[in-house]
Parts: sequence; C-alpha cells; structure tokens
Amino acid sequence: MKKFNLITMSSLLIMTLAPLFYVSTAISADKDTINTVATLRDHTKVDEQKTPNTIPQVMNKDIKQTRNYPMQPPVIPHTTRSYEVNTNSNKCMSCHSRHRTEKSQAPMVSVTHYMDRDGNFLAEVSPRRYFCNQCHVTQVDAKPLVENTFTDMHSLMKNKVTSAEKD
Amino acid sequence: MKKLFLIGWRTLKKPSAYYSLGTLVVGGFIAGIIFWGGFNTALEVTNTEEFCISCHEMENNVYEELKTTIHFTNRSGVRATCPDCHVPHNWTDKIARKMKASKEVWGAIFGTINTREKFLVHRRRLAENEWERLKANDSLECRNCHNFDYMDFTEQSERAAVQHSGALASGEKTCIDCHKGIAHHLPDMKGVEGW
Repeated sequence: MKKFNLITMSSLLIMTLAPLFYVSTAISADKDTINTVATLRDHTKVDEQKTPNTIPQVMNKDIKQTRNYPMQPPVIPHTTRSYEVNTNSNKCMSCHSRHRTEKSQAPMVSVTHYMDRDGNFLAEVSPRRYFCNQCHVTQVDAKPLVENTFTDMHSLMKNKVTSAEKD
Repeated sequence: MKKLFLIGWRTLKKPSAYYSLGTLVVGGFIAGIIFWGGFNTALEVTNTEEFCISCHEMENNVYEELKTTIHFTNRSGVRATCPDCHVPHNWTDKIARKMKASKEVWGAIFGTINTREKFLVHRRRLAENEWERLKANDSLECRNCHNFDYMDFTEQSERAAVQHSGALASGEKTCIDCHKGIAHHLPDMKGVEGW
C-alpha cells in the first residue's frame, strides 16, 4: 500500500510539473528557433498596437503560374473583386464553364469538377466543387514569408538520371 | 360649387381692365421664373442620394450593397450616387423616368418591398427593368462617365482589352451585357445570357 502511494505521488508530481517544464522550454525555443518566421504581429508586445502592413495588390497579369507544391489547385492569375459565387450565380463559370470557354478562351473547368463523390458524372458542376475560391485563389504581389524549396517530380527524376550518368 | 367655378372661368376669360399690359407681362415673367426655378429645384432634390435613401427599402438593401463596390470607394475618390446610374441626364428622358418613378411612390406607400424577404422575391424583376432600360439606351448612364472614345486599351488587362476593342467597339455588345451586378448583388441568374 505504501509503495502504491509512492507511485501515485510521483506520477502526480510528474503530471503537474511536465506542462510547466514544457511551457518554459517552449517559450525559450519560441524566441530563437521555432518562430523565426515573422507572424503578422511581428513579435509586437500584447499591449502594443503594431502599424499594420500595407495591403498588397492582387496580381492581374493573366499569366499562368507553376505549382508551389504537389497537387496545388491552379492559382487565379487575375482579380476577382466582386465576382459573386453564391446560390444565385457563379461568376467564374461565365468564362470557365464548358460552353463558355470557346468564346472566353479561359481554361475549362476539369471533368473532376462534374463528378460527385461516388464518381458519377453530373450535368452541372458538382455542389462540392461549386465554390471555386475554396481551392483556387488569387495571388498577391508580396514578398513570400518563407522560402519555397519545392521541386516537382519531373525535375527530380531528371536530376537523378543526370547524376547517375555522371557516376 | 358650379357657380364658383363659373365665376372663376368668367374672370379668366375677361380682358384685364385694371392692370396694365406691362404689369401683366413683367409679373408673368417673374412668376414664371419662380415657378420654373421652384419646379427644377424640387426635381433636383429628388435627384440626390439623400432623397433616395430616405426610404429604408433603398437604404437597407441596395445602398448597403453599393458600399462594397468600386463605384462607392476607390483610389481616385470619384463616386457614383444613385441618380448617376438610375436617372437619365437628358431633360426629356429625365422627366419620363420621373413619371415612371411615381410607381415607386405607390410601392413605398403599399410596402411592396418593405422587408428584406419581399425585396429578394422582387429582385429579379427589378433588376430586369434596369437591364432592359440600359440595354435600350445603349448603357447611356454608364457612358455619362465612361467614354469609349477615351478608353486606353493598353492600360486595361488583356482580357478587358480584347472584349472592349472587339464586342463593345463593334456595337455587338453594350456595357450592361457583361457588367451586370457591378453596383448591387445579383438576383437568381438562371437563364440570363452569359451567366
């Protein structure tokens, strides 16, 4: 019984001290290593108000961009200010739907957008794909907060072949 | 009553015996200025945004929606008010539009769109009225500010330049054909060309 008490006491002690220990290490780590990426508040103290950053412009060049990570939905290369996508209308589909692309020369919405989750093809864009901005977003003219080191599979394979040839 | 009317009519028919022709002419002239000036002032009062949004139907629905658009706030600070788009500037057209607007007074009195729900029910019909009007007059109210002759296509995005130098320039399309819902939210667009 005495031994059991000892175990309970020690485990209780560990359980109470562990979070405290974790918090103290997290705070010290936060300062030098983990949080090197600036947050929007930029290490401003809680009781201070940071001068807000300028709002960057949406890119409106109509030039398609490469992916920033695998399977990234294509980004929108133009502004979409006040394009309504709701129960009444979907402005994106004025140009990107199947029967409009001939006139607009915009990229056609892919066939997967017409499939429901069971793989059945529907006549209209599937409700789960209706809200374009859930996946496709405009890009702003801003400096990236973190460097992107993504290399696509094609260049990876190419690099491997060339390095193998060298050996 | 009939007697009173007859007395009035006889007085109007009789040539003036007391007042000189000069007094009548000058008096008529001054009265004309006051009447015409008053009429136009009253007309212009009804052509202001404050007048339009003095009804809650306009203030709580369409005016709120306008606030988020580029016609309300933008980089150069030029803004369009309700009559800029909804009332023709040309005098005869303006009077014609004002006569039609008496229907809106009826609507305000009897509460045709006095709740948000009622407004949403009628939105498609109301929008179609405006689309039709702008289509018929070749988007005249847009063109009061946006003059096609002075559009610089090189300043426009590529897509915009293609449409403006093509379909708009040839007169095949007019502003409202593509630019629907630029100042207010759209109704259910089922069956509308291009949507």
